Amino acid sequence: MADKILKKLYIKVWRQKNANTKGKFETYEIENISQGSSFLEMMDIMNESLVAKGIEPVAFDHDCREGICGMCSLYINGRAHGPDTEITTCQLHMRRFEDGETITIEPWRVGAFPVIKDLIVDRRSYDKILHAGGYINVNTLGNLPDANNILIPYEDYEEAMDAAACIGCGACAASCKNSSAMLFVAAKVSHLAKLPQGQVERENRAKAMVAKMDELGFGNCTNTGACEAECPKSISIAHIARLNREFLSAKIKD
Amino acid sequence: MAILDAKIPEGPLAQKWTNHKAKIKVVSPANKKKLDIIVVGTGLAGGAAAASLANLGYNVKAFCYQDSARRAHSIAAQGGINAAKNYQNDNDSIFRLFYDTIKGGDYRGREANTYRLAEVSPAIIDQCVAQGVPFAREYGGTLANRSFGGVLVSRTFYARGQTGQQLLLGAYAAMNREIGRGHIKMYDRQEMMEVVIENGKAVGIITRNLVTGELERHGGHAVLVATGGYGNVFFLSTNAMGCNGGAAMRIYKKGAHFANPCFVQIHPTCIPVHGDQQSKLTLMSESLRNDGRVWVPKKKEDAEKLRRGEMKATDIPEEDRDFYLERRYPSYGNLVPRDVASRAAKERCDAGYGVNDTGQAVFLDFKYAIDEYGLDVIKARYGNLFQMYEKITDVDPYEYPMMIYPAIHYTMGGVWVDYNLMTTVPGLYCLGEANFSDHGANRLGASALMQGLADGYFVIPYTVGDYLADEIQTPTPDVNSAAFLQAEEETKARIEKLFSINGTQTVDHFHKELGHIMWEYVGMARNEAGLKTAIEKIQKLRKEFWSDLRIPGDKTGMNTELEKAVRVAEFIDLGELMAYDALNRNESCGGHYREESVTEDGEAKRDDENFAYGAVWEYTGEGKEPILHKEEFKFENVKLTQRSYK
Amino acid sequence: MSNFLSSSIGKKLIMSLSGLFLVVFLLVHLSINLLILFDSTGGLYNEAVHFMGTNPLIKVMEPVLAIGFIVHIVYATILTLQNQKATPTKYNVTQKTKTFSWASKNMYILGFAVLAFLVLHIIQFYVKMKITDTAPIVEATGGHDGYKLVTDLFTQHGTLSYVYCAVYVLAGILLGLHIRHGFWSAFQTIGWNNYTWKSRLFTLATIFAWVIAIGYSILPLYMTFFL
Repeated sequence: MADKILKKLYIKVWRQKNANTKGKFETYEIENISQGSSFLEMMDIMNESLVAKGIEPVAFDHDCREGICGMCSLYINGRAHGPDTEITTCQLHMRRFEDGETITIEPWRVGAFPVIKDLIVDRRSYDKILHAGGYINVNTLGNLPDANNILIPYEDYEEAMDAAACIGCGACAASCKNSSAMLFVAAKVSHLAKLPQGQVERENRAKAMVAKMDELGFGNCTNTGACEAECPKSISIAHIARLNREFLSAKIKD
Repeated sequence: MAILDAKIPEGPLAQKWTNHKAKIKVVSPANKKKLDIIVVGTGLAGGAAAASLANLGYNVKAFCYQDSARRAHSIAAQGGINAAKNYQNDNDSIFRLFYDTIKGGDYRGREANTYRLAEVSPAIIDQCVAQGVPFAREYGGTLANRSFGGVLVSRTFYARGQTGQQLLLGAYAAMNREIGRGHIKMYDRQEMMEVVIENGKAVGIITRNLVTGELERHGGHAVLVATGGYGNVFFLSTNAMGCNGGAAMRIYKKGAHFANPCFVQIHPTCIPVHGDQQSKLTLMSESLRNDGRVWVPKKKEDAEKLRRGEMKATDIPEEDRDFYLERRYPSYGNLVPRDVASRAAKERCDAGYGVNDTGQAVFLDFKYAIDEYGLDVIKARYGNLFQMYEKITDVDPYEYPMMIYPAIHYTMGGVWVDYNLMTTVPGLYCLGEANFSDHGANRLGASALMQGLADGYFVIPYTVGDYLADEIQTPTPDVNSAAFLQAEEETKARIEKLFSINGTQTVDHFHKELGHIMWEYVGMARNEAGLKTAIEKIQKLRKEFWSDLRIPGDKTGMNTELEKAVRVAEFIDLGELMAYDALNRNESCGGHYREESVTEDGEAKRDDENFAYGAVWEYTGEGKEPILHKEEFKFENVKLTQRSYK
Repeated sequence: MSNFLSSSIGKKLIMSLSGLFLVVFLLVHLSINLLILFDSTGGLYNEAVHFMGTNPLIKVMEPVLAIGFIVHIVYATILTLQNQKATPTKYNVTQKTKTFSWASKNMYILGFAVLAFLVLHIIQFYVKMKITDTAPIVEATGGHDGYKLVTDLFTQHGTLSYVYCAVYVLAGILLGLHIRHGFWSAFQTIGWNNYTWKSRLFTLATIFAWVIAIGYSILPLYMTFFL
């Protein structure tokens, strides 16, 4: 099952020295890429060739390369995580590309995710939203009731797990024309709201996280569904409805 | 051997931890507020430790090289976490989990530590459930379990194929709570470059801000290193690209001893290498072996036809398939421990029965499970793993058997620590995969998550107090002291040196070269001649690295090549240390297989008389042979038997 | 309810509720329009026009309706401006992500197209009936002959009548598109959606959008081509 070789590719990529400088596109040619290679392996090869020419390699975020850490980003040919569904960039393979193709790679374009360098953006605003309330207030010092004292219906577990699968990559905001972080926030709120453990704080959680999200300058959700389409974990916008419900029913009591 | 006091508490095994906790010192809440603790790494061990210590009232500074604490590589663990809950009523117990772990580790771990691990395991599950970790449930709402390699009970808790992710997000959520409350200060995109030691105690670290490129000095009353394993020495591994042994090597070079570096786990179920453009290997969860059957063709000519693409796996009739694990190990079958499964795969491939165009793969077949349970059940159990496999290989595993091959996955060896998880440097601790203590020479599946969380949530919060109780009068270390300035200068000089080489080769070139040497000579099968060759080759490689490396870009600002170079420099030294250790240990045990020490039927043969110790290495200077110390392992509660899974 | 209206979800709730309110108006308006189809003399229709022009409840609702429109437009503008600000740099390559519908990404533009039509529509009907009082009168009742006003528009202006017809049909289609997204979106924003209802709401919204689009297009087509 030998893979086909892509003889030549043109990689049009965003280069930006740091947050304070203006960036621009550069196009690099690379040759002989196996279709069995992953997209990031192609990037590695490109960077190797750039270093050989004395050009600084293109900086991009990546880590686990298994689609779970959420570190990789990249907006490839007009889509967050590239031309495939239910995957992250690191799981994208070169089978999706044709010989001689020009591949355009851009960083996430979200106001709340400023570019740090080249294709790397600062996604700490997502962390900040979670600092505001994306947890259950429980001490980490043991002496807790036996795990089986909390019974969770199978369906609730399933739905909570669907939401909890979020990897925090930022594709939702990046593919949203409004740069809205609603799917990310909804995933966390929904995960905890579906579990008995999350009941006590559910109202404050929804309010605190939405307030932080607004404060950080993310846009407003207009239900276009782009987030759901590009989410590597296929998290449904039905969770956004639950977030709306949680938030509105909490606010109405204020 | 005074420096290697493991501080194992007195008393019967089951009482040791309780007795120890009762006797060690405690810091009062008022004093905790005055004490700063540095935690490097935010995986399960580091994240749980940071959250717990902050929860206790200490001021915690947490560091990670990723852009968020949530991305540590613990997240990639798929299968599950063990705990001796005995929810399935299948006669599981703390002792059984302890025994399985010690036996699985081929009796090269410390009894007391391993027992404690089993002892606190049920509390981990309670803790995680309380935090909202969505573990799999039965229809009645109780927790579900699955079984894993190397054990005969079902004690593994899981959250689909994303258990590591859910546990890490639990620890990360606990951290977020403390960050929100101001008890943890989080430093992301920071790499620990050096540990600072003053008056014999660890007082802080030097970090490099990966965004600005600036060096920073951070002081603390204790330093916890929880930076994971060093599997990336091999270049290709299932570790994340950024996983590195840098922090562990820096503390080793500053006086913390390094134990059993040659104990590396090779995971049997990874997606095979597709070619020389590969940068990373992908693991398929071990849980797949619950329902998948491993086989290769019985006839060599079939294997050859498969390799040439003239035949498909599905064309081979039942009677021509060699289910070699079931054949060799009838009682455990496909669920033998990882080291055994990996070696068996290598044995078949070396004998010429391997498949894939490279001949370096075996089949993992779900046809039988689908026939037995139906497609829907298998889809529900492994759907996301199958999807991942198909995305990577373009082969549908529902139709055609998966191909797998062993790959470097986990390192049992690590920084030597005593029962309190303190290294040989006072005030310097090592947690999780980065230390050596609990898994011996081989780790059982679903035990890494257990160890990380046990260390972070339930061990370090107690044991660190024993040291810090004597430090309450010590003011926060002054980061302008001579020790800090000197450490910073040394780090600066090291970076300067890397830049000044200005050679011709990329960092990855050296890393790949190192990987080839390691895989060839310090891989799944090792022998004396090979290990000596490895040491020579690594030393040569080190010279080349320091004379022909090229790093483009600037020292200031973000420079990903520099980041890699700093790590690879340490990997080279670590690879050499591993080779020394493997050379010294002339026995086969767990993940370490010496061709000189095998039974008649080719199974690994331990040598308890000469090697029932932890090999603890002391650094003596660059390029010099390290000094070996030994921690003799005493087994008072288990009988050493030749491991058999037949 | 503190800071409720400054929160993103609060603002969207305003959009959602005002939108649903306008939908009710559209339904009332549509049902009156369709009366023409059932009585080609226009008597039935004119009775309804008369009723709408004199009923006190409707009189009260008139300014409320206007406020509904204004609120919907003002909040749409606020949200759109915020959304623009949240994405200061745009992508170089046009987005290829599959969204629920083209309309979902272009609601503001669609809204403005509908608004432009609304202005025309008000000039052609409301102004004549309510402000300048230049609409024809039904002699028997003394009320406005809305029927004549409508039929004249689509039959008595020569080629221009065809243009009006086209404009009205186009407006109906644009309104349908706007509603295809707006209708289910309103429920999503209120929080009435889940795994099961997601597809149901899509289906409902699609049906409703067709009803609106066809309903509002039938009348001009009927008048222009069949009267």
